[in-house]
Amino acid sequence: MKALLALEDGRTFPCSSFTGPGEANGEVVFNTSMTGYQEILTDPSYYGQMVTMTYPLIGNYGVCPEDIESDRIQVAAFIVKEYQDFPSNFRSKGTLSDYLIKGHVLGIEDLDTRALVRHIRKFGAMRAIISTSDLDPESLVKKAQKTTAMQGSDLVGKVTTKKPYFWKYNQPDYIDTNKLNDPLIWRYKGKKHSVVALDFGIKYNIVRCLEEAGCEVLVVPAKTDAKTIKHLNPDGIFLSNGPGDPEPVTYAVDTIKDLLGFAPIFGICLGMQLLGIAMGGKTMKIKFGHRGGNQPVKNLSTNKVEITSQNHGFAVDLNTIGKDHSAMTHINLNEDSLEGLKNDTIKAFAVQYHPEASPGPHDAAYLFNQFAKVIEDAKA
Amino acid sequence: MPKRKDIKKILIIGAGPIIISQACEFDYSGTQACKALKEEGFEVVLINSNPATIMTDPETADRVYIEPVTPETVIKVIEKERPDALLPTLGGQTALNTAIEAAKTGIFKKYNVELIGASEDAINKAEDRELFRDAMNKIGLRIPKSGFATNVHEVEEVSKRIGFPIIVRPSFTLGGTGGGVAYNMEEVVHLSKAGLDASLITQVMLEESVLGWKEYELEVMRDHADNVVIICSIENVDAMGVHTGDSITVAPAQTLSDKEYQKLRDASIAIIREIGVDTGGSNVQFAINPENGDLIVVEMNPRVSRSSALASKATGFPIAKIAAKLAVGYTLDEIPNDITGETLACFEPSIDYCVVKIPRWTFEKFPEAEDILSTAMKSVGETMSIGRTFKEAFQKGIRSLEIGRAGFGADGKDPAPGSVTGNELEYKLSTPNSQRLFYLKYAIENDMPITMIYEMTGIDPWFLNQMKQIVDLEKQIKLAGKDLPQDLFEQAKKYGFSDQQLAYLTNLTDRQIEQKRKDIDIVPVYKLVDTCAAEFRASTPYYYSTYETECEARVSDKKKVIILGGGPNRIGQGIEFDYCCVHASFALKEEGVESIMVNSNPETVSTDYDTSDKLYFEPLTREDVLHIVEKEKPFGVIVQFGGQTPLNLASDLQKAGVPIIGTSPESIDRAEDRDLFQEMLNKLGLRQPENGIAFSYEEAKKEARNIGYPVMVRPSFVLGGRAMKIVYDESDLEEYFELAVQASPDKPVLIDKFLEEAFELDVDVISDGEKTIIGGMMEHIEEAGIHSGDSACVLPPYSISQNHIEEMASAARAIAKELNVKGLMNIQFGIMNDTVYIIEVNPRASRTIPFVSKAIGIPLAKLATKVMLGKTLDELGLTKELIPSYYCVKEAVMPFDRFENVDPVLGPEMKSTGEVMGIDKDLGAAVAKAQFAAGQKLPTQGTVFISVQDKDKIAALPVAKNFHEMGFTIMATRGTSTFLNEQNVPTMLVKKVSAGRPHVVDAVTNNEIQLILNTGSSSQTKQDGYQIRRAAIKYKIPYATTTDGTKAICSAIQSLKKEGLSVKPIQDFHLENKHG
Repeated sequence: MKALLALEDGRTFPCSSFTGPGEANGEVVFNTSMTGYQEILTDPSYYGQMVTMTYPLIGNYGVCPEDIESDRIQVAAFIVKEYQDFPSNFRSKGTLSDYLIKGHVLGIEDLDTRALVRHIRKFGAMRAIISTSDLDPESLVKKAQKTTAMQGSDLVGKVTTKKPYFWKYNQPDYIDTNKLNDPLIWRYKGKKHSVVALDFGIKYNIVRCLEEAGCEVLVVPAKTDAKTIKHLNPDGIFLSNGPGDPEPVTYAVDTIKDLLGFAPIFGICLGMQLLGIAMGGKTMKIKFGHRGGNQPVKNLSTNKVEITSQNHGFAVDLNTIGKDHSAMTHINLNEDSLEGLKNDTIKAFAVQYHPEASPGPHDAAYLFNQFAKVIEDAKA
Repeated sequence: MPKRKDIKKILIIGAGPIIISQACEFDYSGTQACKALKEEGFEVVLINSNPATIMTDPETADRVYIEPVTPETVIKVIEKERPDALLPTLGGQTALNTAIEAAKTGIFKKYNVELIGASEDAINKAEDRELFRDAMNKIGLRIPKSGFATNVHEVEEVSKRIGFPIIVRPSFTLGGTGGGVAYNMEEVVHLSKAGLDASLITQVMLEESVLGWKEYELEVMRDHADNVVIICSIENVDAMGVHTGDSITVAPAQTLSDKEYQKLRDASIAIIREIGVDTGGSNVQFAINPENGDLIVVEMNPRVSRSSALASKATGFPIAKIAAKLAVGYTLDEIPNDITGETLACFEPSIDYCVVKIPRWTFEKFPEAEDILSTAMKSVGETMSIGRTFKEAFQKGIRSLEIGRAGFGADGKDPAPGSVTGNELEYKLSTPNSQRLFYLKYAIENDMPITMIYEMTGIDPWFLNQMKQIVDLEKQIKLAGKDLPQDLFEQAKKYGFSDQQLAYLTNLTDRQIEQKRKDIDIVPVYKLVDTCAAEFRASTPYYYSTYETECEARVSDKKKVIILGGGPNRIGQGIEFDYCCVHASFALKEEGVESIMVNSNPETVSTDYDTSDKLYFEPLTREDVLHIVEKEKPFGVIVQFGGQTPLNLASDLQKAGVPIIGTSPESIDRAEDRDLFQEMLNKLGLRQPENGIAFSYEEAKKEARNIGYPVMVRPSFVLGGRAMKIVYDESDLEEYFELAVQASPDKPVLIDKFLEEAFELDVDVISDGEKTIIGGMMEHIEEAGIHSGDSACVLPPYSISQNHIEEMASAARAIAKELNVKGLMNIQFGIMNDTVYIIEVNPRASRTIPFVSKAIGIPLAKLATKVMLGKTLDELGLTKELIPSYYCVKEAVMPFDRFENVDPVLGPEMKSTGEVMGIDKDLGAAVAKAQFAAGQKLPTQGTVFISVQDKDKIAALPVAKNFHEMGFTIMATRGTSTFLNEQNVPTMLVKKVSAGRPHVVDAVTNNEIQLILNTGSSSQTKQDGYQIRRAAIKYKIPYATTTDGTKAICSAIQSLKKEGLSVKPIQDFHLENKHG
């Protein structure tokens, strides 16, 4: 079915929909991972974004219920060069097209995705709209310009869990929100490190990785306040990844400020940005973001390089935090940007990239054990 | 960690001659490594016997030893050069094996030479299957159930334990020689015997078969600081059971989810760490059970490989170059990524296109060999193609193969749809073979369900569905016919259909469809290979074509020249032509002209991203080349360096208005067209062997009688010596017509006087149209009748009189002038009964150009390029001929050990895959070096077996005498024995194979014979001779099959006995020329 992609700056790409009719808008970004489209589709950090895969052939291995990172497809639309409608993989349970249709998410193909990526690289991630009904470039560009910009809006509220949950049988085990008032809620207190994970859009694999590192994770809604958390008396606090701009998520910043020094803190991606703001720093939007599975990051304490999975469009400006409070722990080798920070006095550390991978390399998985170690040391 | 300061001088071992499983890729990786290390200020010493490489150019390394790649040479060079380190991981399995052998002698300890790149331990751990299995088990990875055997009894024991089918893998070999799949006890014993022989340590591994499992490869790199990155994943289209070198492969992996891919990635990293490859690249092969994802490790190569070359070309990441830098101490995060210019080598390339590699086989050259693919590699070359979809890359790959196909069928070369059925179809699908990809198409056309094709072939349904999409679109195009609508036309181009296919399908001519396409403005765009999927700006212009909207080609307004490369390696067209193309590129750079390379061969130096100013990785067809020409609008296009491939395009390109520089296509035609050629020779008063043309057997008989036997017969419509035969009498001729060809009015047979026992010479010249300089004259060691590519030759000539040399030189000058040659020309001369004949003229770069250039120390191809740009030889300072004061011997290297049942005799059809060079003041020593380099271990004592045809007996006598005098025992069969005894040469009698046992083959098997001299022509198919020759190959006994070859080997052994072999770098030889 014919479709049109229109960018806010006026560039348009004729294409076709492989998921039937529809219209969708969002910020158009690209991801350079060659595998892992299902994890990307379900990653809450992509909420409100239309993701372009740079690898041209997508759908090859179908979809599999085990490969989800949240309970639904999060992207606003999915853009590929050539959709593959005949998946082949022993784990495949269906086609990508059916999966998107079921999730009411538009998928388009048959456009010069490399040209689109180069455009984003040159002019930055921007608002865009896709339509199968309005194929008039001029009118569609105007529509794109009328959509809301990502900067300044709180997207966390759209993706955070409604109810708290533990992790059981490899999936969420929801509990009532009022149970959060009960400090005896922990099922493995003393046996495992109890960790409250503030859900700004957490990926399931983060929970899995924390559990594997010996933590009992309680995922709580983003607006859970510091008092409730302190009352739960966790051994550690985890600040999750999530979509969009950290600046408008002021409630989370307030919560984190209150929690600094209370227990060891580990943050990932948006979690690091929020931690940075809570520590007095500032964040900024970067031109076209880092989205992919091949970014080299150097661990400054071991001097070893990790190939990392990344997905962010905003970054912490280290200079705004001040050296006496925190230190850079990881640096991006491609552009010398901040990838990790820590503050030993308050036992907090965070990384901008995704050690939980999924999709992507497992090189940084040690960070979950590092968090467990910090918790242990704090207990001792 | 920065560069090591404790190392100053590094010895690199090259891969030696091109053989099946070791081709140009090691010139590519070796050259990269030498360049990288020189850049870093190291003194680089190189050993490589292959003169056709860029690696052995005197500029590539500081000291280039064109000597046999053997442990003995390594020891001698170490004694002479005293290097601080040896880098063994860039010259393929040959270099690795040679280094390990040399290490065993203690030479490294003695002279304090450090093995860098991979330690002896790491190499052993990866290469020895038992150690490898232990290592894998230690890190929790599984390898197939297996066991080792060193004799037949053990083979039977282990086989019982594992169960059939079983894969037989010899330890320490090249490309799986001697391996195979066995389905029963008899087969396993048979294969194991061959495997035990092929193994350097007489050991085979018998392995649980994972036939039908999916096969993957990952290219891994690691540095001193233990940073590890994956450069590329490759998925084999052919399932386990077909050697990866014989598999169609795709990058990146297509049918793995991220979960499964990361499992392979983690495993690869664990493996390179456990094996202990400290620095550099490795290749890890995996098999995955398509039913449940079970993973096993197939093997690991602790060195750069054919796959790493492919991965480098597929991603733009120069694995060999980086490996070299890591070996001298750098870490990945200290090395820049050349392609982007702004990022580092420490990352994992992301690609935004699909790469397909297709092997090129040459079964047509070995009709006796069965066209079946298994675990021992058979292909001689490969093409790589890049597209934005698999379908596009796949079709581009097929038309790059130089097999006369325009894509995935749809070109009129296939039998009618539906006509291939039943047993034939099933057999061709279920038994892997070189034609299988077309049978896949027939099966799809027959509506065979994809699942059924999958069951028969093990080829993943994903690939089969891609092929089905192509076939389905083909049907639509055919249906639309002449009125092909624009959207269908566009889709067809996106699916990789060539104009030629579309013309066939729509019943239009190629030109009509081309015009129609241009009318509706469908032209390809060029996209960049940039390592990063456009995330960063790329500075290196490495392009591929596709049908999309945005073109990234940066077209300059500089003066520029396009060089057309040679495409995939095959027998008759290999690395020699790539060498010439690379030199053309160097010359353009020196002249300030922008160089643009077009080629489809991923193994080569020419397709390295920094060889030329621009690289277009494209098929070499008229259409694909014209697209580039139209985009770039070059000053000229060079067609005379890439061998037959670009030459075949010359006149078509010229007709399309492309400026061909150098010798004109008309002149090329005058040399190739029979009548025009004769006319020219008559005009110049030159002689060619008497010849005629016949349109029927009767005519042929008449012509042959007129000319006089023996005659050389060949069909007029095939090239490269195919179906060419020497016939000695009328019954021979009759047989030829019965078995080989049928003459008809449109397919005549050419008949030439065969210059029996003539001297044959190859002469390479360079000419600017006015002046002609003889580059080199090479006297063939084998008599006329052996294809010049297979014949050993000597430069300068050693037995030709001065007046003949002068006569040939002046003939060459006259022809060059007449053809207005601007560039290179090769002439083959024959001298019989004091008369000089012209056998063939090729006004283009010949296979011998690199050899001659190395011999005389003058880069002929480079100078020829400058001539094409308008320079005169005087301006270039080439004013006189140079005849070296030493002998250079070229020897051909044959692939007979790869093809069972093929008689290893030489004839007018070329069969060799590669060549080596031996240089020495003494002719015998130069021959000996060439022999050793070609893998023939000449003995200095022991027993020589001599068996010659009657006509060769007189010639064999002095040879036999010499061997006798040198203390060899002479063993001979009755006829030869009687003759030699009569001439007072004592012999030991041995039975022919047909005379009962024990016979000569038993003696070979029992290691009682050290050298075999056996002549016989295959036309008289002497079963006896054949068995002896096959035994020689099997047991690696040096052998000669011609009388002149026999003489040469005799003189070589004389030299060996006298003083042994010395080593000397090519730079020192060249100095002698200058001073002397």
